[in-house]
Amino acid sequence: MRSGSTLETVLEAGKFAVTAELGPPKSADPQVIIDKANILKGHVDAVNITDNQTAIARMSSMAAAKLVIEQGLEPIMQMTCRDRNRLAMQADILGAAALGVKNLLCLTGDHQSFGNHPQSLGVFDLDSVTLVRMVRDMRDGPRFQCGEEIAFAPRLFIGAAANPYADPFPFRAIRLAKKVDAGIDFCQTQIIYNVEKFEEFMRQCRELGVTERCKILAGVAPLKSAGTARYMKNRVAGMDVPDELVERMSAAADPQDEGIDVCVEIIKRVKEIDGVAGVHIMAVEWESAVPEITKRAGLIPGSAS
Amino acid sequence: MITAERKPFDQIKTVTDQFENILVVGCNTCVAVCLTGGEKEAEILATQLRLQRQKDGIGGTVETVTVLRQCENEYVDAVAAQVAGKDLILSTACSIGPQLFADRFPQVRVAPAMNTNMLGVVKEHHVWTEYCAACGDCGIFNTGGICPIARCAKQLTNGPCGGSQDGHCEISKDIPCVWQLIYLKLASFGLEGNLSRISGPKDWSKANSGGPRTMKKEGFKP
Repeated sequence: MRSGSTLETVLEAGKFAVTAELGPPKSADPQVIIDKANILKGHVDAVNITDNQTAIARMSSMAAAKLVIEQGLEPIMQMTCRDRNRLAMQADILGAAALGVKNLLCLTGDHQSFGNHPQSLGVFDLDSVTLVRMVRDMRDGPRFQCGEEIAFAPRLFIGAAANPYADPFPFRAIRLAKKVDAGIDFCQTQIIYNVEKFEEFMRQCRELGVTERCKILAGVAPLKSAGTARYMKNRVAGMDVPDELVERMSAAADPQDEGIDVCVEIIKRVKEIDGVAGVHIMAVEWESAVPEITKRAGLIPGSAS
Repeated sequence: MITAERKPFDQIKTVTDQFENILVVGCNTCVAVCLTGGEKEAEILATQLRLQRQKDGIGGTVETVTVLRQCENEYVDAVAAQVAGKDLILSTACSIGPQLFADRFPQVRVAPAMNTNMLGVVKEHHVWTEYCAACGDCGIFNTGGICPIARCAKQLTNGPCGGSQDGHCEISKDIPCVWQLIYLKLASFGLEGNLSRISGPKDWSKANSGGPRTMKKEGFKP
């Protein structure tokens, strides 16, 4: 075991993993985290703690991860390259590991122009690939990026993101393979609405041997309304929302219920794809949807089975 | 070339209103080519200032002179006669110009009339695009002759990121995704497979992060 995390244990045992997302608040209130953690606890194997998601300043992912651990839930701490240089990142990696964080998701991060501090400096000292390599070297070297030895290594299960819907499409599986070469153990994908395209992406991943070396968790998210579907389709970079889905959401009598049904259908389809090791449910600011989704999809967290 | 745009007139005026005798200095190199700070533009600015100051009842003079390059001592020193008696040197060069004037004429106040923005190319008539970040460690042979440090919003060394869609950058449909361009360029040589090699981390010590840089030509005495 590289990290001894629940997520690693579940995936290594070949069980289907379920993860969700927990966004820290735009405040210093720990209760928000505690409440969200208690909604998700028992329904998932681990939760992603976002890091200044969409470039909006929030409680730090490390602090929120610690609060989540205290609630008996396992965090997957996200770390982006946007807000810190390699010195700060390594400091936070060591600190997070010391606080009991066992999963780290390495991301480049949304550009600062999307958030509430568009005038800030975007750091991007590293990118997601070189961050992964650095974390792997810190764990397995164990050494810092500069090459100096680390006396007590951070034991982390290393993840990254993959987006099958970005361009150029033929490069997306290759890019994931690159992250595998850099050292990831698992990845979580962009939200899947176009299952056919995801199937093709997975076929390419199998061809490149990615699925043998990396656990792929398919990203899913319940739509709340037709408006959300349209917004995601037209405004969110790297999203692929088929027209039929927007129409289906528009026609629904109870859009939230329909959104959950759609999500469950997608989970059932991706679960059948060779190489999919779990699902990552992104119900952002709609955590209460997660237990309903897992119930309707018949998903039992690998750690509970 | 270095590109620079003139500051809004009101901003320039806020500074110039504090001074009596002003010398507007144009630069006939990069900023002349980008039609913002050459001889003609320096004279237009001086005229604008004269008219405004007349209206505002501010005394003194606004003169102009243009030098070939404001980044070399000999051209800057050559206008000492025009600088004499002035309270302010207002430079329409990139930020190098006013700084060199401040070095060479330490007794005179200096102000920039421009905002320097990039090292770019003339993409089409009257359109300039950033091409170089002066990072001190050029790696564009590996990226099809296209620089991701200057031209990717996140300076990725292993792009394209998940925000690349339909050929444009996630931050704007007006900005091409440079990693898409790199991919296509390498693919045109059958070399797109090169992109599976991990590149970086980048050595920023060779860029401005390593501190202000000095370049010396070996074999020459300063």
